[in-house]
Amino acid sequence: MKAEQISVFIENKSGRLAEITRILGEAGINIRALSLADTSDFGILRLIVNDREKAKVVLKEKGFTVSKTEVVAVEVPDKPGGLYQILRTLDSETINVEYMYAFVERCGENAVIIFRFDETDKAIKTLLNKGFNVLDGERLYGM
Amino acid sequence: MYHNEEFETLPRPALEALQLKRLKNTLLRVYTNVPFYRATLDRAGITPDAVNSLDDLEKLPFTFKQDMRDSYPYGLFAAPMDDIVRIHASSGTTGKPTVVGYTRKDIDVWAELMARSFVAAGVHKGDIIHNAYGYGLFTGGLGAHYGAEKLGASVIPMSGGNTKRQIMIMQDFGSTVLTCTPSYSLFMAEAAREEGVDFQKLSLHVGIFGAEPWSETMRGEIEAKLNLCAIDIYGLSEIMGPGVAIECREAKKGLHIWEDHFIPEIINPESGERLPAGEKGELVITTITKEGIPLIRYRTRDITSITYEPCACGRTHARIARMSGRSDDMMIIRGVNVFPSQIESIIMGIEGVEPHYLLIVDRKENLDTLEVQVEVDEKLFSDEVKHLQTLSQTIEKEIKDTLGVTCKARLVEPKTIQRSEGKAKRVIDNRKM
Repeated sequence: MKAEQISVFIENKSGRLAEITRILGEAGINIRALSLADTSDFGILRLIVNDREKAKVVLKEKGFTVSKTEVVAVEVPDKPGGLYQILRTLDSETINVEYMYAFVERCGENAVIIFRFDETDKAIKTLLNKGFNVLDGERLYGM
Repeated sequence: MYHNEEFETLPRPALEALQLKRLKNTLLRVYTNVPFYRATLDRAGITPDAVNSLDDLEKLPFTFKQDMRDSYPYGLFAAPMDDIVRIHASSGTTGKPTVVGYTRKDIDVWAELMARSFVAAGVHKGDIIHNAYGYGLFTGGLGAHYGAEKLGASVIPMSGGNTKRQIMIMQDFGSTVLTCTPSYSLFMAEAAREEGVDFQKLSLHVGIFGAEPWSETMRGEIEAKLNLCAIDIYGLSEIMGPGVAIECREAKKGLHIWEDHFIPEIINPESGERLPAGEKGELVITTITKEGIPLIRYRTRDITSITYEPCACGRTHARIARMSGRSDDMMIIRGVNVFPSQIESIIMGIEGVEPHYLLIVDRKENLDTLEVQVEVDEKLFSDEVKHLQTLSQTIEKEIKDTLGVTCKARLVEPKTIQRSEGKAKRVIDNRKM
């Protein structure tokens, strides 16, 4: 039920983000979701792509530091309080969200949120027990 | 004006005769008391009585900073610890400092030479000396302090830092002389402006600046902003501390090196051969009156030239030109000696850090800044910001704790630091002196 995200280290200087999207675009890789964490010096670009192995290879070839991280994609009811239901459930189990971001496409009536937890397995179990829909990686990449 | 007219204006033949006599005594002293010197002189096949002219000095082997490191802490002392009354140290290249010891007589000589230096700079009894050199292991603060007391001036032992307070005291106490690093003086000027204090209205008439490289352009700026006469002073803890050489106020053209206590030579740093007067090379100093830790032909690594031409001030002692660089890779950051190898060993000690780093030195608002760039490879990389920030904070803290220098650690993408064949370029110095 886990999904894989690729993370890329980028220096905070002009053109780096453009360079990454150019490399991925030229390799025919489609970005499904992304988030950028930034500080004054550097940023971490987190990506869900349709072909993560290839994305990793092409970015590394161009000298970027790339890593893969396990994340969890959860369907969230697209209505007020939808996200709160999920976060409340996690909080009751004292599971921490390291970061999260939204998927660009909707899945039927629901939105998709990508989570990075401190305890991934426990989080998945908790969410499934409470009836939330955790998306399988393969389904996510192909959306 | 002289502090010790007899010795400061000693005719050269008499000065050189005195140097030879003192050199021979020093050689005998180190040969007898310091196993390191006995071994190096034996290896060179020279006994102290084989030195019968100043030119014979050239036959003697050099002493390097590495030799002091190898003898850490007291191995080069030529006096028993019973006679050592003071210990100072400067930063070494691997975290261990270079240690120097002074006998009571050494302290007296130092005070005398520093008093001479003050007088050469136009300071006299009755002046109020605002001493903002650091007090502590660093020789700057106490060296200037003892000289000021010897002269009979009033010394305010400020030490460095707390700039607002420095300015308040300078204003309220009516300081007439300022001693600090040249960059700190400009920092003070800036801070004073922000505090609404006008240097033109302060009583300062002279500033004695040293412990880091500076330029004529910077002198002009300091003199204009602080409304005083800026004098260049030279010293290094291995030889004594501040007061080894100083500019005279009359000429401000070269720094008189006190030749009745030190013998200067200029050498080609590659071949080790002595260079004629006027040519630029590495300054080598032999101490000829020190008891605690006399050094024979010490390689200062400072690049300068020497002149024996008579000076307008009447002093007969040779003058060395303003230091124009180093023959090694030592950087002086805010008065602290820093070797790239020290930073390398610190960052290599941090888990996962690769030996690809670059040091960028700059001067912002008159204060030296150091940026340490470290490449983030897969071992170091985390997709969580906090882990990477912890990494840069660790680097900053380790460097501060070990070297006493504040720096900014910047994480950069891999391969962005230039790889070069052979010796990698580790330092970019953007300071405009």
